[in-house]
Amino acid sequence: MAELVIRGGTVLTARGPERLDVRVAEGRIAELGPALSGPRELDAGGCWVGPGLVDLHCHTREPGQEWKEDLQTACLAAAAGGYTAILAMPNTDPPVDRGVVARQVVQRGEQIGLVEVAAAGALTAGRLGERLSHLDELWEAGVRVFTDDGDTVTDSGVLRRAMEYLAVRGGVVAQHAEDPALSAGGHLHEGSVSSRLGVAGIPREAEEVVVGRDLHLVRLTGCRYHVQHVSSRGTVELVEAARHSGLPVTAEVTPHHLAFDETAVEDLNPDFKMYPPLRTAEDRTALREALDRGTIDVVATDHAPHARQEKEVPFEEAPRGVIGLETALSVTLGVIRDPKLVFDRMAVRPARIAGMPSQGRVPEVGSPANLVVVDPDRRWTPATFRSKSGNSPWKGVELVGRARFTLYRGRVTWEDS
Amino acid sequence: MRNLLSIRDLDRVRIEELCSLADEFLAVMRRPIPQVPALRGITVATMFFEPSTRTRLSFERAARGLSADVMGFQAAGSSVAKGESLKDTALTLRAMGANIMVVRHGSAGAPKRVAEWTGCPTVNAGDGANQHPTQALADTFALLRRFGRLDGIRIAIVGDVRHSRVARSDVEAFTRMGASVTLVAPPPLLPPDLTGWPVAVSDQLDDLLEELDVVYLLRVQTERGGATVLPSVEEYARRFGLDAHRLGRMPDHAVVMHPGPMNRGVEITPDVADHPRCLVLDQVEAGVAVRMAVLFRLGAGLKGEAPHG
Amino acid sequence: MEPFTAEPAVPDSSQVLDADAVRRALWRMAHEIVERHRGPDDLVLVGIHTRGVPLAEAIAGAISEFEGTDVPVGELDIGLYRDDLDRRPVTRLGRTFLPVDVTGVSVVLIDDVLFTGRTVRAALDALSDLGRPQRIELAVLVDRGHRQLPIRADYVGKNLPTALEERVRVRVDAIDGETGVWIERAR
Repeated sequence: MAELVIRGGTVLTARGPERLDVRVAEGRIAELGPALSGPRELDAGGCWVGPGLVDLHCHTREPGQEWKEDLQTACLAAAAGGYTAILAMPNTDPPVDRGVVARQVVQRGEQIGLVEVAAAGALTAGRLGERLSHLDELWEAGVRVFTDDGDTVTDSGVLRRAMEYLAVRGGVVAQHAEDPALSAGGHLHEGSVSSRLGVAGIPREAEEVVVGRDLHLVRLTGCRYHVQHVSSRGTVELVEAARHSGLPVTAEVTPHHLAFDETAVEDLNPDFKMYPPLRTAEDRTALREALDRGTIDVVATDHAPHARQEKEVPFEEAPRGVIGLETALSVTLGVIRDPKLVFDRMAVRPARIAGMPSQGRVPEVGSPANLVVVDPDRRWTPATFRSKSGNSPWKGVELVGRARFTLYRGRVTWEDS
Repeated sequence: MRNLLSIRDLDRVRIEELCSLADEFLAVMRRPIPQVPALRGITVATMFFEPSTRTRLSFERAARGLSADVMGFQAAGSSVAKGESLKDTALTLRAMGANIMVVRHGSAGAPKRVAEWTGCPTVNAGDGANQHPTQALADTFALLRRFGRLDGIRIAIVGDVRHSRVARSDVEAFTRMGASVTLVAPPPLLPPDLTGWPVAVSDQLDDLLEELDVVYLLRVQTERGGATVLPSVEEYARRFGLDAHRLGRMPDHAVVMHPGPMNRGVEITPDVADHPRCLVLDQVEAGVAVRMAVLFRLGAGLKGEAPHG
Repeated sequence: MEPFTAEPAVPDSSQVLDADAVRRALWRMAHEIVERHRGPDDLVLVGIHTRGVPLAEAIAGAISEFEGTDVPVGELDIGLYRDDLDRRPVTRLGRTFLPVDVTGVSVVLIDDVLFTGRTVRAALDALSDLGRPQRIELAVLVDRGHRQLPIRADYVGKNLPTALEERVRVRVDAIDGETGVWIERAR
């Protein structure tokens, strides 16, 4: 594999940021030092060089819903967003509730070769919430994170058994927390905006009662537990308290929940419809502070592509979800400017939670060359996307900061031109 | 005025202007020939994706009173049943020559999307539980005709505010015109968060009756789940229904309003519904007049005819 | 109607009738109307909004003075009958009001300026929607020519030859606080 040198950037090393050039050869970091040169040089002037980003929450839609997205387009979008790894959600058709489906997803990712694709497995068979999926089979296929994402495991008995099963292996139960009895019929945050627009809302409590119940089961079983897309101050407080009492709990927040609050939905643009809904400015502040403190470990995209014809309908009829792979880094940079925190929350911690040993590693000689070169000052306006779908709330909005280069296993998978 | 999507688009001056136009159209409606040629050559499309008789007929009557052509459908008998999207339906009607879109839809914001997709002046004829601006104009106009002004008028809006686009529109129109509004309903029928609403709230109708100029009764919307959040409809009728006894406790000049269709025996007893102080039919007549005013304002600029002097 | 406004007369305008001249013209027209109709009975004056209305009232006042009879005065807004709504949107309508049924009687339409004739065309349409007068006549304070339709006035206060680009501005005390007729050059 060709050798190349990343020149002129600031490398986020274990000792902190250092002005270093990076020689990449054979898919690994071969040398770190001043004034390196090589047959191919990447200009990283004014940029940060750190571990490639890892997305813990990505709907790749393959197999079964390829009109929205497929693994090829999802990987292209991921590389363009600075990612070198994604965790594909299991709510495909068929769902990832058997080892063979998980293997297929991972192998497709290998063939495409743009980012490392890991598969999350369904917790219950058919994602129906009734009986456990083939957890052993999935584990042997390499699955480390289990979730019925898109739906909640509401049956406490089923969830308890899954946690008991996975606790001994060190697997992670990730929960999409939504009590359907409280969220049914709702389309946005239950609050002043929903009341004014007369659109049925989803209260915070739909999320919080599930997380509260789950944390009791974590205490009971000792299973690692991850809260997906935290949206409310109350959930932050629950996670914080659980962490203090020593429970193995982690949490993620999406870029859109960091960036927007419920007022963004006033125009009823379906590109702002997602679960959980955008909540109040107070919730958003709590999420930002929790991310800063580390109570929330990870920024995860919840990249959820939907085809144009599916979103080009009235708000209440539109499916939930927005895309995020190509904009997550920019949006997060708008919230946290400290490069060390950005890489920690978008690469180091998600890799650790997902169990991906060659990802999220601070650059050092010998480590795999899964890297991103971030230009924190680059101004750009998303207009078209590598993703097959364009349901982004940032379409036409100027953003600051972007991946200049993404390197996966030493190969350049994205170059900002 | 490019569209009428929400009563929020209209300030007090605009509301007064439309009501003053409506006053002239009311006179037109009462002429031997209740029609003027103002919108000759204009085609109004009435796109009703929800069952509605009175509002659709009111718009069509208004359009014809202005000599506009009308092209209309109700979802049950349209290609919507075959899965055609709202966008394609709207663009199809435009391609057939519709100049003004009148849209009733079960989802909030749908008329705004139609306005964006077609570029045609669009009137919201009711979207979800969000807005029904022409109903609010009709109610405002009916009250102006009754009382001359709304400043200082005390209005109670009683019933299922949570699921009511009429209530949302009326609150804004009435308060903008200077009236004070109290929402009266059991808590599950109120919107969950009333922050920023210029209203008072009560769940005791009987405490208010002596101090009201207007009682505005809403329909218990069983089709939107209004009945399922109540312990029982009978209990609701007993506490919040307007009967002759409650009407008798109100001031002599006080009036009763209802957007229709009424559930006689639930929110209103038959004797009150037929009482001379019940303005329901005035509201219907006012509805045609304000819709003429709105269509005239939106459509008058669309004609491409010879200059004038 | 001409797009008259209530702004003060501009420097490059010249007055062609002052208040006394207007009063005398209206007085003469009142006499002509009564004379042609052999008395003031079965006669309705209908002023076209905006300035036709006070002119109609002035003519009725004159008739009342010399005949001792009150002639009914109506008002007509032709906003809904105009053929140029696309160019000049209407935000307010004047009152349309006829004090008596006009079917079978003689109606004299009254306006301030007769120009292209399109206002009168609209007024005829409006009037025929309200009833079927036995006869309709037209009285104008100023006839400035340049007709675009086969319409003529039966009573004229003053014939005023104008260039097409000039504007004729009539001001009436009840609306404008002064009375007179001016010609404005195009600016």
